Amino acid sequence: MRRRHVLFTSLIALIVWQIIAMLIQRDILPSPVQVAQSMVANFGELSQHFVASALRVIISIIIAIALAVPAGLAMGQMPKVNRIFSPLVYIVYPIPKIVFLPIILLFFGATDLSKVLTIVLILFFQILVPVRDDAASLRPELLNSVKSLGAGRRALFRFVYLPASLPAVLTSLRLSVGTAVAVLYITETTATLLGLGYYIYLNYSTLFDYAATYAGAVAMGVLGLVLYFLIDWLERKLCPWKFAN
Amino acid sequence: MINFHEVTFAYPSGRPVFVRFSCSSERGEAWAVVGASGCGKTTLLMMLAGLRRPTHGSITINDEVIDRPRPQTGLVLQDYGLLPWATIAQNVALGLRLRNYYGPDGRHAPIEHAVGPIDLRVNQWLKRLGIDTVRNQFPAQVSGGQRQRTAIARTLCLDPDLLLMDEPFSALDAPTREDLQNLTIELQREQNLTLLVVTHNIEDAVFIGQKILVLGQPPHTTPLIIENPMAGDRAYRSSSRFFEMCTRVRELLTPGITASH
Repeated sequence: MRRRHVLFTSLIALIVWQIIAMLIQRDILPSPVQVAQSMVANFGELSQHFVASALRVIISIIIAIALAVPAGLAMGQMPKVNRIFSPLVYIVYPIPKIVFLPIILLFFGATDLSKVLTIVLILFFQILVPVRDDAASLRPELLNSVKSLGAGRRALFRFVYLPASLPAVLTSLRLSVGTAVAVLYITETTATLLGLGYYIYLNYSTLFDYAATYAGAVAMGVLGLVLYFLIDWLERKLCPWKFAN
Repeated sequence: MINFHEVTFAYPSGRPVFVRFSCSSERGEAWAVVGASGCGKTTLLMMLAGLRRPTHGSITINDEVIDRPRPQTGLVLQDYGLLPWATIAQNVALGLRLRNYYGPDGRHAPIEHAVGPIDLRVNQWLKRLGIDTVRNQFPAQVSGGQRQRTAIARTLCLDPDLLLMDEPFSALDAPTREDLQNLTIELQREQNLTLLVVTHNIEDAVFIGQKILVLGQPPHTTPLIIENPMAGDRAYRSSSRFFEMCTRVRELLTPGITASH
């Protein structure tokens, strides 16, 4: 049902695009057919860039979760830890972390590490804050009854805090996956020869191959969409209780 | 079995709730603690559960000082005590899984206790409490009565000798409430449990408590205990002695107000 809706909407968008392209008749707006031809013609190259970009963003997501979830849980369940780090989070949270990109590049050079680091920096705070708030808002009744069943801190973490934070993690990921891909694009326009950002930028600024530029953009869109669906699927798998009823 | 020895408890604000309060009970007794909200009845329960410590004095259960949750004490709270992300069956299994998680270390689980196959015991208790049919549903999908049955099953799975309940019936409609009260008494007798139910509801207290601890305005120094030997008999609920007892408790709780009849 939902999948059919998505396909239907995509089809409409393609038709509208085709019509506008035919009306405007300019190089800078190739039709979807031309873009598709370009995608097929450069499939090997394009997939190479796609894989590079996908790996960067997925690794960033994994690292961000691995760092932000324990930190968020610690802050959420230990008021002392929260008191120390909350002001820091409060100050850093609104800063657009992308401005650190040049600094990260200076320190870590034209490497994958600097790209991953930039995305991690952004995702970290996006995940940290909701996980912390969720952990802090767990009902004392719930914690007390699980404690009375014999749970110490370790078991509370495993049986209560961790599963309780899952929806917050997935929701914040869903909200920030768009940002992550956007940041990925920016990081890939400099200091790399691999990735969809590079592919788009090269074709647009140097090769003037507009069909390929659009093909890159579509590929980037697909990457975002695939990640979004993946998170959706994970949420259904891991949090079935949210979908009951 | 339970012994309050000169227990003093004060909130961080300094307001004392219990001052040199002493009281004791025997194994297998059914107790009700009744009082208005803010009288300290939940504090009393939390201290018994090992989730709060007295400021002075001590509480012992079977001569063992309580300063942390005791594996043989079961606790059932009004609501929200179930994991919302776990099915009814998984919730019932939680205590057993926690025991397996730590192993019989004497702190989180009794040393002599071998858990054995979890499923077998979970199934047995799901059936005994009549929630077998909703075993794969989540707490939000079942009725309040079924949630409370789940909480009881989860506790009884662990073979407790003491069952503490905080307002276990207050969120339920009248028929479900009576039904669960009957079940609670039945289980208490069947398992020879010491039962302590904390409630603001006088009828609940009079039906459940063979001994009723009446908590008026804090601070509490000497316990006011009413013997109520008929408690737990189904016929008692509709007898005139039941209503007389309710009136008596009401007068003790709100001195100055005399019954109209």
